[in-house]
Amino acid sequence: MLDRPGKDVAGLRRAEEKDSEMSDHPANERIQQEIDDQDVVLFMKGTPVFPQCGFSAAVIQVLTLLGVQFKSVDVLSDPQIRDGIKAFSDWPTIPQLYVKGEFVGGCDIIREMFENGELKQVFADKGIQTQEPATA
Amino acid sequence: MPMQAGDIERLIKEAMPDAQVNIEDLRGDGDHYAAMVVSKEFAGKNRVQQHQMVYKALQGNMGDALHALALQTGVPEDVD
Repeated sequence: MLDRPGKDVAGLRRAEEKDSEMSDHPANERIQQEIDDQDVVLFMKGTPVFPQCGFSAAVIQVLTLLGVQFKSVDVLSDPQIRDGIKAFSDWPTIPQLYVKGEFVGGCDIIREMFENGELKQVFADKGIQTQEPATA
Repeated sequence: MPMQAGDIERLIKEAMPDAQVNIEDLRGDGDHYAAMVVSKEFAGKNRVQQHQMVYKALQGNMGDALHALALQTGVPEDVD
């Protein structure tokens, strides 16, 4: 009964489009710096080795399965970022994945896009290398 | 304090009166839900925008009173 979620390389939204409506959160500049400096950035709870939340762990698993290099930012160790990232993307939950400066989605969207192959396409379209582990 | 499934549904329908809302209490603890929301208002919106509309409807409860809501959104088949 659902229409297909679309071939608009779903969910992408330019961070810069949001400039006008963004509040002057003190963390904005640091967040912008993070997502400008790295192609793939995951704001999460905990670290890839020790995720502190199942939703963050799920996204780590997806990125690992796709073999994508990414930087993670632990919001639990930085309350200003933890608060600021929600205002930055107008998104109330963590984890949040950014690819080339654009917010792609949280856990549900990332999982859905992984399962239907869209996420891999996003990385391919943006020239980001994926390397799926060899299955033995 | 956890939210009741009925409250979640009510808030979503207040914001999007045509929405079909299907909520499942995943663990029976009133704190981990999955919701499927289908509305004509999602037409032409990407997934991030669709989820943002639902979060707005929940008026700040998401990520606060409501810890876990696995969300799936879609447009009814006859509209696109």
